[in-house]
Amino acid sequence: MSHDHAHESNVGRIWKVFFVLSAITIVEVFLGITKPHGLHFTNVLGMNLLNWIFIILTIAKAYGIMWAFMHLEGEKAALRWSIVGPLVFLIIYLIFILLVEADYIFGVFKNSTIKWNF
Amino acid sequence: MATTVTTSTDGKTWGGGNEPMGVSYGKMMMWFFIVSDALTFSGFLAAYGFSRFKFIETWPVADEVFTHFPFMHGVSAPMYYVALMTFILIFSSVTMVLAVDAGHQMNKNKVILYMFLTIIGGLIFVGSQAWEWKNFIKGEYGAIETKGGSILQFVKNDANHSRVALADFAANIPTERVQDTRSKGIWFFDEPAIPTYTVEQITEGFKAHPDVLVRTEVIDPTTKHKTILTREESLKRMETAHYVVEGANLTRNEYGSKLFADFFFFITGFHGFHVFSGVLINILIFFNVLLGTYERRGSYEMVEKVGLYWHFVDLVWVFVFTFFYLV
Repeated sequence: MSHDHAHESNVGRIWKVFFVLSAITIVEVFLGITKPHGLHFTNVLGMNLLNWIFIILTIAKAYGIMWAFMHLEGEKAALRWSIVGPLVFLIIYLIFILLVEADYIFGVFKNSTIKWNF
Repeated sequence: MATTVTTSTDGKTWGGGNEPMGVSYGKMMMWFFIVSDALTFSGFLAAYGFSRFKFIETWPVADEVFTHFPFMHGVSAPMYYVALMTFILIFSSVTMVLAVDAGHQMNKNKVILYMFLTIIGGLIFVGSQAWEWKNFIKGEYGAIETKGGSILQFVKNDANHSRVALADFAANIPTERVQDTRSKGIWFFDEPAIPTYTVEQITEGFKAHPDVLVRTEVIDPTTKHKTILTREESLKRMETAHYVVEGANLTRNEYGSKLFADFFFFITGFHGFHVFSGVLINILIFFNVLLGTYERRGSYEMVEKVGLYWHFVDLVWVFVFTFFYLV
Protein backbone atom coordinates (compact mmCIF):
# COMPACT_ATOMS: atom_id res chain seq x y z
CA MET A 1 0.00 0.00 0.00
CA SER A 2 3.04 2.15 -0.25
CA HIS A 3 2.54 3.21 -3.83
CA ASP A 4 1.29 6.70 -4.39
CA HIS A 5 -1.04 5.59 -7.17
CA ALA A 6 -2.56 2.70 -5.26
CA HIS A 7 -6.12 3.53 -6.21
CA GLU A 8 -5.84 4.31 -9.88
CA SER A 9 -6.35 1.47 -12.29
CA ASN A 10 -3.49 -0.02 -14.28
CA VAL A 11 -5.63 -2.25 -16.47
CA GLY A 12 -4.49 -0.70 -19.73
CA ARG A 13 -0.85 -1.15 -18.88
CA ILE A 14 -1.39 -4.75 -17.73
CA TRP A 15 -2.86 -5.71 -21.10
CA LYS A 16 -0.11 -3.91 -22.92
CA VAL A 17 2.53 -5.91 -21.05
CA PHE A 18 0.60 -9.08 -21.73
CA PHE A 19 0.64 -8.42 -25.46
CA VAL A 20 4.35 -7.65 -25.42
CA LEU A 21 5.09 -10.89 -23.51
CA SER A 22 2.90 -12.87 -25.91
CA ALA A 23 4.58 -11.30 -28.94
CA ILE A 24 8.01 -12.23 -27.56
CA THR A 25 6.84 -15.81 -26.99
CA ILE A 26 5.49 -16.02 -30.54
CA VAL A 27 8.80 -14.75 -31.93
CA GLU A 28 10.66 -17.33 -29.81
CA VAL A 29 8.48 -20.20 -30.99
CA PHE A 30 8.73 -19.04 -34.60
CA LEU A 31 12.53 -18.91 -34.42
CA GLY A 32 12.59 -22.22 -32.53
CA ILE A 33 10.66 -23.98 -35.29
CA THR A 34 12.24 -22.37 -38.34
CA LYS A 35 15.77 -22.18 -36.90
CA PRO A 36 17.11 -19.70 -39.51
CA HIS A 37 20.38 -21.05 -40.85
CA GLY A 38 22.20 -17.72 -40.60
CA LEU A 39 21.45 -17.45 -36.87
CA HIS A 40 21.79 -21.11 -35.98
CA PHE A 41 25.27 -21.51 -37.47
CA THR A 42 26.83 -18.19 -36.54
CA ASN A 43 28.77 -18.41 -33.31
CA VAL A 44 29.23 -15.39 -31.10
CA LEU A 45 31.18 -15.77 -27.85
CA GLY A 46 31.04 -19.56 -27.89
CA MET A 47 27.31 -19.89 -28.52
CA ASN A 48 25.22 -19.62 -31.68
CA LEU A 49 23.33 -16.42 -32.34
CA LEU A 50 19.93 -18.14 -32.12
CA ASN A 51 20.56 -19.22 -28.52
CA TRP A 52 21.74 -15.72 -27.64
CA ILE A 53 18.49 -14.32 -29.05
CA PHE A 54 16.46 -16.83 -27.01
CA ILE A 55 18.29 -15.94 -23.82
CA ILE A 56 18.03 -12.18 -24.38
CA LEU A 57 14.31 -12.45 -25.17
CA THR A 58 13.83 -14.57 -22.03
CA ILE A 59 15.51 -11.93 -19.90
CA ALA A 60 13.29 -9.31 -21.54
CA LYS A 61 10.25 -11.39 -20.57
CA ALA A 62 11.57 -11.80 -17.03
CA TYR A 63 11.98 -8.01 -16.85
CA GLY A 64 8.38 -7.52 -18.00
CA ILE A 65 7.04 -9.98 -15.43
CA MET A 66 9.10 -8.62 -12.53
CA TRP A 67 8.70 -4.93 -13.30
CA ALA A 68 5.05 -4.80 -14.38
CA PHE A 69 3.35 -7.85 -12.85
CA MET A 70 5.36 -8.08 -9.65
CA HIS A 71 5.28 -4.30 -9.55
CA LEU A 72 8.95 -3.71 -8.92
CA GLU A 73 8.69 -0.50 -10.96
CA GLY A 74 6.55 0.99 -8.19
CA GLU A 75 8.87 -0.06 -5.37
CA LYS A 76 11.79 1.88 -3.95
CA ALA A 77 15.14 1.54 -5.69
CA ALA A 78 16.60 0.02 -2.50
CA LEU A 79 14.15 -2.89 -2.63
CA ARG A 80 14.66 -3.39 -6.37
CA TRP A 81 18.40 -3.58 -5.95
CA SER A 82 18.21 -5.88 -2.93
CA ILE A 83 16.23 -8.34 -5.04
CA VAL A 84 17.79 -8.05 -8.48
CA GLY A 85 21.40 -7.41 -7.45
CA PRO A 86 22.11 -10.65 -5.54
CA LEU A 87 20.15 -12.71 -8.08
CA VAL A 88 22.00 -11.35 -11.09
CA PHE A 89 25.40 -11.63 -9.44
CA LEU A 90 24.96 -15.13 -7.99
CA ILE A 91 23.31 -16.58 -11.09
CA ILE A 92 26.00 -15.26 -13.44
CA TYR A 93 28.68 -16.55 -11.08
CA LEU A 94 27.06 -19.97 -10.75
CA ILE A 95 26.56 -20.36 -14.49
CA PHE A 96 30.12 -19.26 -15.16
CA ILE A 97 31.82 -21.77 -12.85
CA LEU A 98 29.54 -24.68 -13.77
CA LEU A 99 29.69 -24.24 -17.52
CA VAL A 100 33.46 -23.74 -17.58
CA GLU A 101 33.90 -26.87 -15.50
CA ALA A 102 31.49 -28.84 -17.67
CA ASP A 103 33.33 -27.77 -20.80
CA TYR A 104 36.55 -28.99 -19.23
CA ILE A 105 35.02 -32.38 -18.40
CA PHE A 106 33.71 -32.59 -21.96
CA GLY A 107 37.28 -32.11 -23.17
CA VAL A 108 38.51 -34.86 -20.87
CA PHE A 109 35.95 -37.31 -22.25
CA LYS A 110 36.67 -36.27 -25.82
CA ASN A 111 40.46 -36.08 -25.86
CA SER A 112 41.63 -38.73 -23.44
CA THR A 113 41.35 -42.49 -23.44
CA ILE A 114 38.20 -42.36 -21.33
CA LYS A 115 35.34 -42.89 -23.77
CA TRP A 116 31.66 -42.40 -23.24
CA ASN A 117 30.57 -44.67 -26.08
CA PHE A 118 32.57 -47.85 -26.06
CA MET B 1 -4.20 -6.24 11.48
CA ALA B 2 -0.95 -4.54 12.33
CA THR B 3 0.85 -6.56 9.72
CA THR B 4 -1.19 -5.33 6.82
CA VAL B 5 -2.15 -1.75 7.55
CA THR B 6 0.33 0.81 8.69
CA THR B 7 -0.94 4.25 9.46
CA SER B 8 2.01 5.74 11.30
CA THR B 9 3.18 8.80 9.46
CA ASP B 10 5.32 10.48 12.06
CA GLY B 11 8.45 9.43 10.16
CA LYS B 12 10.42 8.30 13.20
CA THR B 13 12.79 5.50 12.24
CA TRP B 14 12.56 3.63 15.56
CA GLY B 15 9.06 4.61 16.53
CA GLY B 16 7.39 1.54 15.12
CA GLY B 17 5.46 1.50 11.91
CA ASN B 18 8.52 2.36 9.89
CA GLU B 19 8.76 0.05 6.93
CA PRO B 20 12.22 -0.81 5.65
CA MET B 21 12.47 -0.08 1.94
CA GLY B 22 8.88 1.12 1.96
CA VAL B 23 7.36 -2.32 1.80
CA SER B 24 5.17 -4.05 4.37
CA TYR B 25 6.40 -6.96 6.47
CA GLY B 26 4.37 -9.57 4.58
CA LYS B 27 5.48 -8.45 1.15
CA MET B 28 9.09 -8.23 2.29
CA MET B 29 8.97 -11.82 3.54
CA MET B 30 7.40 -12.97 0.27
CA TRP B 31 10.27 -11.30 -1.58
CA PHE B 32 12.80 -13.04 0.70
CA PHE B 33 11.20 -16.36 -0.15
CA ILE B 34 11.09 -15.58 -3.86
CA VAL B 35 14.77 -14.62 -3.97
CA SER B 36 15.81 -17.83 -2.22
CA ASP B 37 13.52 -19.96 -4.36
CA ALA B 38 14.80 -18.25 -7.50
CA LEU B 39 18.32 -19.23 -6.48
CA THR B 40 17.14 -22.81 -5.96
CA PHE B 41 15.75 -22.96 -9.48
CA SER B 42 18.88 -21.28 -10.82
CA GLY B 43 20.90 -24.04 -9.19
CA PHE B 44 18.78 -26.68 -10.91
CA LEU B 45 18.95 -25.03 -14.31
CA ALA B 46 22.69 -24.40 -13.96
CA ALA B 47 23.14 -28.09 -13.08
CA TYR B 48 21.16 -28.94 -16.21
CA GLY B 49 23.51 -26.67 -18.17
CA PHE B 50 26.48 -28.42 -16.56
CA SER B 51 25.31 -31.85 -17.67
CA ARG B 52 24.41 -30.58 -21.09
CA PHE B 53 27.80 -28.97 -21.65
CA LYS B 54 29.43 -32.13 -20.39
CA PHE B 55 27.62 -34.17 -23.07
CA ILE B 56 27.25 -31.35 -25.56
CA GLU B 57 27.83 -33.57 -28.59
CA THR B 58 25.21 -36.15 -27.67
CA TRP B 59 22.48 -34.24 -25.81
CA PRO B 60 18.94 -34.85 -27.15
CA VAL B 61 17.46 -32.22 -29.47
CA ALA B 62 14.32 -30.89 -27.77
CA ASP B 63 12.11 -30.52 -30.81
CA GLU B 64 12.68 -34.17 -31.66
CA VAL B 65 11.51 -35.17 -28.20
CA PHE B 66 8.48 -32.99 -27.53
CA THR B 67 6.41 -33.33 -30.67
CA HIS B 68 2.91 -34.06 -29.43
CA PHE B 69 -0.19 -31.94 -29.59
CA PRO B 70 -3.62 -32.99 -28.31
CA PHE B 71 -5.93 -34.55 -30.93
CA MET B 72 -3.15 -34.50 -33.51
CA HIS B 73 -1.87 -38.02 -33.23
CA GLY B 74 1.11 -38.89 -35.37
CA VAL B 75 1.65 -35.30 -36.43
CA SER B 76 5.02 -33.92 -35.47
CA ALA B 77 4.25 -30.60 -33.81
CA PRO B 78 7.34 -29.47 -31.92
CA MET B 79 7.09 -26.56 -29.52
CA TYR B 80 3.41 -25.68 -30.14
CA TYR B 81 2.17 -27.43 -27.03
CA VAL B 82 4.66 -25.87 -24.63
CA ALA B 83 4.07 -22.51 -26.30
CA LEU B 84 0.40 -22.98 -25.51
CA MET B 85 1.27 -23.85 -21.90
CA THR B 86 3.38 -20.70 -21.70
CA PHE B 87 0.44 -18.62 -22.91
CA ILE B 88 -1.86 -20.23 -20.35
CA LEU B 89 0.54 -19.40 -17.55
CA ILE B 90 1.20 -15.84 -18.73
CA PHE B 91 -2.53 -15.33 -19.08
CA SER B 92 -3.19 -16.56 -15.56
CA SER B 93 -0.51 -14.11 -14.44
CA VAL B 94 -2.50 -11.37 -16.15
CA THR B 95 -5.73 -12.33 -14.41
CA MET B 96 -3.81 -12.43 -11.12
CA VAL B 97 -2.46 -8.93 -11.61
CA LEU B 98 -5.97 -7.80 -12.58
CA ALA B 99 -7.21 -9.28 -9.29
CA VAL B 100 -4.55 -7.30 -7.43
CA ASP B 101 -5.60 -4.17 -9.33
CA ALA B 102 -9.25 -4.76 -8.46
CA GLY B 103 -8.16 -5.23 -4.85
CA HIS B 104 -6.59 -1.79 -4.86
CA GLN B 105 -9.97 -0.40 -5.83
CA MET B 106 -11.66 -2.52 -3.13
CA ASN B 107 -13.81 -4.11 -5.80
CA LYS B 108 -14.67 -7.45 -4.24
CA ASN B 109 -16.61 -8.93 -7.13
CA LYS B 110 -13.87 -8.25 -9.62
CA VAL B 111 -11.28 -9.78 -7.29
CA ILE B 112 -13.46 -12.88 -7.03
CA LEU B 113 -13.79 -13.17 -10.81
CA TYR B 114 -10.10 -12.71 -11.54
CA MET B 115 -8.94 -14.98 -8.71
CA PHE B 116 -11.28 -17.65 -10.07
CA LEU B 117 -9.85 -17.30 -13.58
CA THR B 118 -6.31 -17.48 -12.17
CA ILE B 119 -7.11 -20.74 -10.38
CA ILE B 120 -8.63 -22.20 -13.56
CA GLY B 121 -5.54 -21.18 -15.55
CA GLY B 122 -3.27 -22.81 -12.98
CA LEU B 123 -5.26 -26.04 -13.07
CA ILE B 124 -5.16 -26.13 -16.88
CA PHE B 125 -1.41 -25.65 -16.75
CA VAL B 126 -0.86 -28.48 -14.24
CA GLY B 127 -3.11 -30.70 -16.35
CA SER B 128 -1.13 -29.86 -19.48
CA GLN B 129 2.07 -30.73 -17.73
CA ALA B 130 0.63 -34.07 -16.67
CA TRP B 131 -0.20 -34.78 -20.32
CA GLU B 132 3.31 -33.78 -21.35
CA TRP B 133 4.75 -36.15 -18.76
CA LYS B 134 2.46 -38.95 -19.94
CA ASN B 135 3.76 -38.65 -23.51
CA PHE B 136 7.33 -38.39 -22.34
CA ILE B 137 7.06 -41.49 -20.14
CA LYS B 138 5.20 -43.51 -22.74
CA GLY B 139 7.60 -42.69 -25.55
CA GLU B 140 6.76 -43.06 -29.19
CA TYR B 141 9.35 -44.99 -31.19
CA GLY B 142 11.49 -46.94 -28.77
CA ALA B 143 15.24 -47.38 -29.01
CA ILE B 144 18.12 -49.74 -28.34
CA GLU B 145 20.68 -49.23 -25.61
CA THR B 146 24.17 -50.46 -26.46
CA LYS B 147 26.61 -52.16 -24.09
CA GLY B 148 28.35 -48.81 -23.71
CA GLY B 149 25.13 -47.14 -22.61
CA SER B 150 24.41 -45.05 -25.67
CA ILE B 151 21.04 -44.94 -27.37
CA LEU B 152 20.40 -46.08 -30.96
CA GLN B 153 17.25 -44.85 -32.67
CA PHE B 154 15.88 -45.99 -36.02
CA VAL B 155 15.04 -44.09 -39.17
CA LYS B 156 13.83 -44.98 -42.65
CA ASN B 157 16.35 -44.85 -45.46
CA ASP B 158 14.44 -42.15 -47.36
CA ALA B 159 14.91 -38.45 -48.12
CA ASN B 160 13.78 -37.00 -44.80
CA HIS B 161 14.83 -39.97 -42.66
CA SER B 162 11.50 -40.32 -40.87
CA ARG B 163 11.56 -42.16 -37.57
CA VAL B 164 10.70 -45.84 -37.37
CA ALA B 165 9.11 -47.42 -34.32
CA LEU B 166 10.37 -50.73 -32.97
CA ALA B 167 6.97 -52.28 -33.68
CA ASP B 168 7.44 -51.57 -37.40
CA PHE B 169 10.35 -53.91 -37.87
CA ALA B 170 10.67 -56.20 -34.85
CA ALA B 171 10.93 -59.85 -35.90
CA ASN B 172 8.24 -62.19 -34.72
CA ILE B 173 10.39 -64.61 -32.76
CA PRO B 174 8.67 -66.59 -30.03
CA THR B 175 9.97 -65.74 -26.60
CA GLU B 176 9.56 -67.53 -23.32
CA ARG B 177 10.27 -64.53 -21.21
CA VAL B 178 7.17 -63.26 -19.42
CA GLN B 179 6.69 -60.56 -16.84
CA ASP B 180 7.19 -62.00 -13.37
CA THR B 181 4.38 -61.07 -11.06
CA ARG B 182 3.51 -61.98 -7.51
CA SER B 183 0.46 -63.82 -8.75
CA LYS B 184 2.74 -66.23 -10.64
CA GLY B 185 4.22 -67.46 -7.41
CA ILE B 186 7.19 -65.15 -7.16
CA TRP B 187 5.96 -63.42 -4.07
CA PHE B 188 9.23 -62.19 -2.68
CA PHE B 189 10.31 -59.69 -5.30
CA ASP B 190 9.06 -57.40 -8.02
CA GLU B 191 10.74 -56.85 -11.33
CA PRO B 192 10.53 -53.75 -13.45
CA ALA B 193 8.25 -53.96 -16.47
CA ILE B 194 10.05 -55.86 -19.20
CA PRO B 195 10.16 -54.28 -22.68
CA THR B 196 7.63 -55.34 -25.31
CA TYR B 197 10.40 -56.75 -27.51
CA THR B 198 13.52 -58.70 -26.77
CA VAL B 199 16.90 -57.57 -28.04
CA GLU B 200 16.94 -60.62 -30.31
CA GLN B 201 13.63 -59.67 -31.93
CA ILE B 202 14.93 -56.20 -32.66
CA THR B 203 18.35 -57.24 -33.99
CA GLU B 204 16.87 -59.98 -36.21
CA GLY B 205 14.14 -57.62 -37.39
CA PHE B 206 16.75 -55.00 -38.16
CA LYS B 207 18.72 -57.44 -40.31
CA ALA B 208 15.54 -58.37 -42.18
CA HIS B 209 14.62 -54.75 -43.00
CA PRO B 210 17.31 -53.24 -45.27
CA ASP B 211 15.46 -49.90 -45.43
CA VAL B 212 16.01 -49.18 -41.73
CA LEU B 213 19.07 -47.28 -40.52
CA VAL B 214 20.50 -46.49 -37.11
CA ARG B 215 20.53 -42.93 -35.85
CA THR B 216 23.09 -42.32 -33.11
CA GLU B 217 23.09 -39.75 -30.34
CA VAL B 218 26.01 -37.84 -31.85
CA ILE B 219 25.11 -34.42 -33.22
CA ASP B 220 26.74 -33.68 -36.56
CA PRO B 221 28.19 -30.17 -36.22
CA THR B 222 27.69 -29.38 -39.91
CA THR B 223 23.92 -30.02 -39.85
CA LYS B 224 23.17 -29.88 -36.11
CA HIS B 225 21.13 -33.03 -36.53
CA LYS B 226 21.78 -36.47 -35.10
CA THR B 227 24.17 -38.58 -37.15
CA ILE B 228 22.61 -41.30 -39.30
CA LEU B 229 24.81 -44.31 -40.02
CA THR B 230 25.06 -46.17 -43.32
CA ARG B 231 23.54 -49.64 -43.54
CA GLU B 232 26.90 -51.36 -42.97
CA GLU B 233 27.78 -49.16 -40.00
CA SER B 234 24.27 -49.65 -38.65
CA LEU B 235 24.58 -53.44 -38.75
CA LYS B 236 27.94 -53.25 -37.04
CA ARG B 237 26.58 -50.94 -34.36
CA MET B 238 23.60 -53.21 -33.75
CA GLU B 239 25.97 -55.98 -32.69
CA THR B 240 26.44 -54.13 -29.41
CA ALA B 241 22.67 -54.00 -28.75
CA HIS B 242 22.08 -54.72 -25.12
CA TYR B 243 18.66 -53.55 -23.98
CA VAL B 244 15.36 -52.40 -25.48
CA VAL B 245 14.28 -48.98 -24.21
CA GLU B 246 10.69 -47.80 -24.53
CA GLY B 247 9.68 -44.41 -23.18
CA ALA B 248 11.42 -42.84 -20.23
CA ASN B 249 12.03 -43.41 -16.56
CA LEU B 250 14.68 -42.27 -14.12
CA THR B 251 17.08 -45.02 -15.20
CA ARG B 252 17.00 -44.81 -18.98
CA ASN B 253 15.05 -43.16 -21.74
CA GLU B 254 14.66 -43.60 -25.47
CA TYR B 255 15.55 -39.98 -26.24
CA GLY B 256 19.24 -40.17 -25.42
CA SER B 257 21.32 -39.13 -22.45
CA LYS B 258 20.04 -40.64 -19.21
CA LEU B 259 20.48 -37.33 -17.43
CA PHE B 260 18.12 -35.64 -19.87
CA ALA B 261 15.07 -37.46 -18.53
CA ASP B 262 16.25 -37.09 -14.93
CA PHE B 263 16.52 -33.33 -15.28
CA PHE B 264 13.26 -33.15 -17.18
CA PHE B 265 11.38 -34.97 -14.43
CA PHE B 266 13.11 -33.11 -11.64
CA ILE B 267 12.93 -29.55 -12.92
CA THR B 268 9.49 -29.59 -14.55
CA GLY B 269 8.27 -31.66 -11.62
CA PHE B 270 9.57 -29.17 -9.09
CA HIS B 271 8.03 -26.34 -11.09
CA GLY B 272 4.74 -28.23 -11.44
CA PHE B 273 4.75 -28.72 -7.68
CA HIS B 274 5.12 -24.96 -7.28
CA VAL B 275 2.18 -24.38 -9.61
CA PHE B 276 0.13 -26.92 -7.69
CA SER B 277 0.94 -25.26 -4.33
CA GLY B 278 0.18 -21.90 -5.93
CA VAL B 279 -3.25 -23.14 -6.97
CA LEU B 280 -3.94 -24.38 -3.43
CA ILE B 281 -2.84 -21.07 -1.89
CA ASN B 282 -4.91 -19.18 -4.47
CA ILE B 283 -7.94 -21.28 -3.53
CA LEU B 284 -7.47 -20.42 0.15
CA ILE B 285 -7.24 -16.71 -0.63
CA PHE B 286 -10.18 -17.04 -3.03
CA PHE B 287 -12.37 -18.33 -0.20
CA ASN B 288 -11.15 -15.58 2.08
CA VAL B 289 -12.17 -13.06 -0.55
CA LEU B 290 -15.57 -14.74 -0.88
CA LEU B 291 -16.06 -14.59 2.89
CA GLY B 292 -15.20 -10.91 2.88
CA THR B 293 -12.14 -11.22 5.12
CA TYR B 294 -10.15 -8.61 3.24
CA GLU B 295 -13.16 -6.36 2.83
CA ARG B 296 -13.41 -6.21 6.63
CA ARG B 297 -9.65 -5.83 6.96
CA GLY B 298 -9.83 -2.87 4.65
CA SER B 299 -6.98 -4.10 2.48
CA TYR B 300 -6.49 -6.71 -0.21
CA GLU B 301 -2.76 -6.92 0.38
CA MET B 302 -2.97 -10.68 0.90
CA VAL B 303 -4.07 -11.02 -2.73
CA GLU B 304 -1.02 -8.99 -3.67
CA LYS B 305 1.27 -11.33 -1.74
CA VAL B 306 -0.02 -14.54 -3.29
CA GLY B 307 0.10 -12.66 -6.56
CA LEU B 308 3.84 -12.18 -6.12
CA TYR B 309 4.25 -15.91 -5.64
CA TRP B 310 2.08 -16.68 -8.66
CA HIS B 311 4.07 -14.35 -10.91
CA PHE B 312 7.25 -15.95 -9.66
CA VAL B 313 5.99 -19.35 -10.80
CA ASP B 314 5.35 -17.82 -14.23
CA LEU B 315 8.82 -16.28 -14.19
CA VAL B 316 10.44 -19.66 -13.53
CA TRP B 317 8.45 -21.26 -16.34
CA VAL B 318 9.75 -18.65 -18.79
CA PHE B 319 13.28 -19.86 -18.03
CA VAL B 320 12.39 -23.56 -18.00
CA PHE B 321 10.70 -23.06 -21.38
CA THR B 322 13.83 -21.46 -22.82
CA PHE B 323 16.38 -23.91 -21.50
CA PHE B 324 14.41 -27.12 -22.00
CA TYR B 325 12.60 -26.43 -25.25
CA LEU B 326 14.31 -23.64 -27.16
CA VAL B 327 18.04 -23.50 -26.56
